[in-house]
Amino acid sequence: MSLMEIKNLHKSFGGLSAVLNFNFNLQSNELVGLIGPNGAGKTTVFNLITGVYKPDEGKILFADKDLAGLPPYVICKHGIARTFQNIRLFRDLSVLDNVKIAFHKNVPYGFLNAIIRTPNFFRGEREIEEQAMEYLKIFNLDSKKDEIASSLPYGEQRRLEIARALATNPTMLILDEPAAGMNPQETQDLMQLIQWIRKDFNLSILLIEHDMSLVMGVCERIYVLDYGQVIAEGKPEEIRNNKRVIEAYLGEEVT
Amino acid sequence: MQGSGKIGGRLIAEVAAVAALFMLGQFLISTGMLEQYYQIILTSMCINIILAVSLSLINGFTGQLSLGHAGFMAVGAYASVVMTNRLDLPFIIGILAACLGAALAGFIIGVPTLRLKGDYLAIATLGFGEIIRVVLQNIDYVGGPSGIMGIEKYTTWAWLFASTILTLVVIVNLINSSYGRAIISVREDEVAAELMGINTTRYKVIAFVVGAMFAGLAGALYAHYFYIIKPESFTFMKSFDILVMVVLGGLGSTTGAVIAAIFVTALTAFLQSFPAIRMILYALILIIVMIYRPQGLMGNKEIGRKTLARLWGGKR
Repeated sequence: MSLMEIKNLHKSFGGLSAVLNFNFNLQSNELVGLIGPNGAGKTTVFNLITGVYKPDEGKILFADKDLAGLPPYVICKHGIARTFQNIRLFRDLSVLDNVKIAFHKNVPYGFLNAIIRTPNFFRGEREIEEQAMEYLKIFNLDSKKDEIASSLPYGEQRRLEIARALATNPTMLILDEPAAGMNPQETQDLMQLIQWIRKDFNLSILLIEHDMSLVMGVCERIYVLDYGQVIAEGKPEEIRNNKRVIEAYLGEEVT
Repeated sequence: MQGSGKIGGRLIAEVAAVAALFMLGQFLISTGMLEQYYQIILTSMCINIILAVSLSLINGFTGQLSLGHAGFMAVGAYASVVMTNRLDLPFIIGILAACLGAALAGFIIGVPTLRLKGDYLAIATLGFGEIIRVVLQNIDYVGGPSGIMGIEKYTTWAWLFASTILTLVVIVNLINSSYGRAIISVREDEVAAELMGINTTRYKVIAFVVGAMFAGLAGALYAHYFYIIKPESFTFMKSFDILVMVVLGGLGSTTGAVIAAIFVTALTAFLQSFPAIRMILYALILIIVMIYRPQGLMGNKEIGRKTLARLWGGKR
């Protein structure tokens, strides 16, 4: 059964159709890539799925519920988490606090408990801290928990963003150009990390990426978007040899 | 068990320190060692601390530029005076009416305007603050433009002190909780916060309502100390004064807001006899601080237990 099924998704900005008749499905525990030339509408698709934009038309079925048009925080509660093309951490907060915020949607104590500091509050805060530390340990950031997020090196900021997304306990993770700005070695490490978290957290992952070695290396299935429309879909090797894709985009890159 | 014992011990020490501070103030006032003039300054300081700390919740921690704080203070002042002066009810009812009235005003203003961002929100809150003032000016029941005179002086040191401590405890505890992190995440990156499952509108409204509520409390204390209230006391300039304290102290620092409130009140009192120089100096200090410390006196740092512990440890 598909975990996510998108039907006839449509979004236009003024006269420009950014996403046109977009159909998509994602199985449980599947790793799918979304590629396409710059301006093809990839990030718009992500923004539609996560509720940053409201679709003009179409359905986004996730675990049999239609999420189209719901606000982002509700979509997050349904189990979809994402990272951003330009890292969007809570820059002035500590590494630990960045992850702690992800637990707020299940905050284990009430508002008044926080203000009058009941034992419930202290217990809840301890739980949150322990859980947040576990995520930091997984991403090897636990020794930097008190550092300010914006002071971390670039690669660690990317890792922290993924840690923060995972801390919301999603069933589907959306990564927007996770390897942007990384060197080949870092990209290699990232590929292993992505595959490992998929297995360990039992996640479905959808990613946008321009680095073809990463996309071809980890994705089981790839959608190719051009001018807001899907022009091809299939296994990496099929995409690699697809005429329309080569014309539209890959060209010299995959030889 | 050891951990909770430690927390309990620290709490007792803190309560003792606060009680000692209260007793000291009470002693100085009741023996007359603190002259009338300084008592007025002390009262203004407490009221300004409440105003600055409550606005810092909205401006500093939630990152929503609000220029209508004097409006909420006015709602509190008038609501409490209607209770005590017009309806002859006890002061505590006046205080509650002030808090509830201002919180309600915060909610009514907050829900539609908090969809706005940055400059637009600032203009909208500025407008609402002025609307509150103009409405009060036109209600004869509360004296219209000349306001209400002869308000009973109910605001004692005990009320002032308890209100200031209450404001600090509530806002500091709120900030240092999961709810506080949600509020701060709105300031840091609204889109990211929303995608982390934070209902950002809700937390903006909460911050706005809580901030307005304490501004109302400050208004009630103000009205029942200074004998007279009139709409003219709650103009945009008053909102601006409070904003200066918050910015001077550092956006996102409660201790900064407290220090700045004390400093600005003292400065204003000190320069009372030179009103012309006062405004110039005021502006000059702001400019100098913004040039050399654009993040405010405290930035977003706090002076808390940790700092005190470090200072203590450093001395030994």
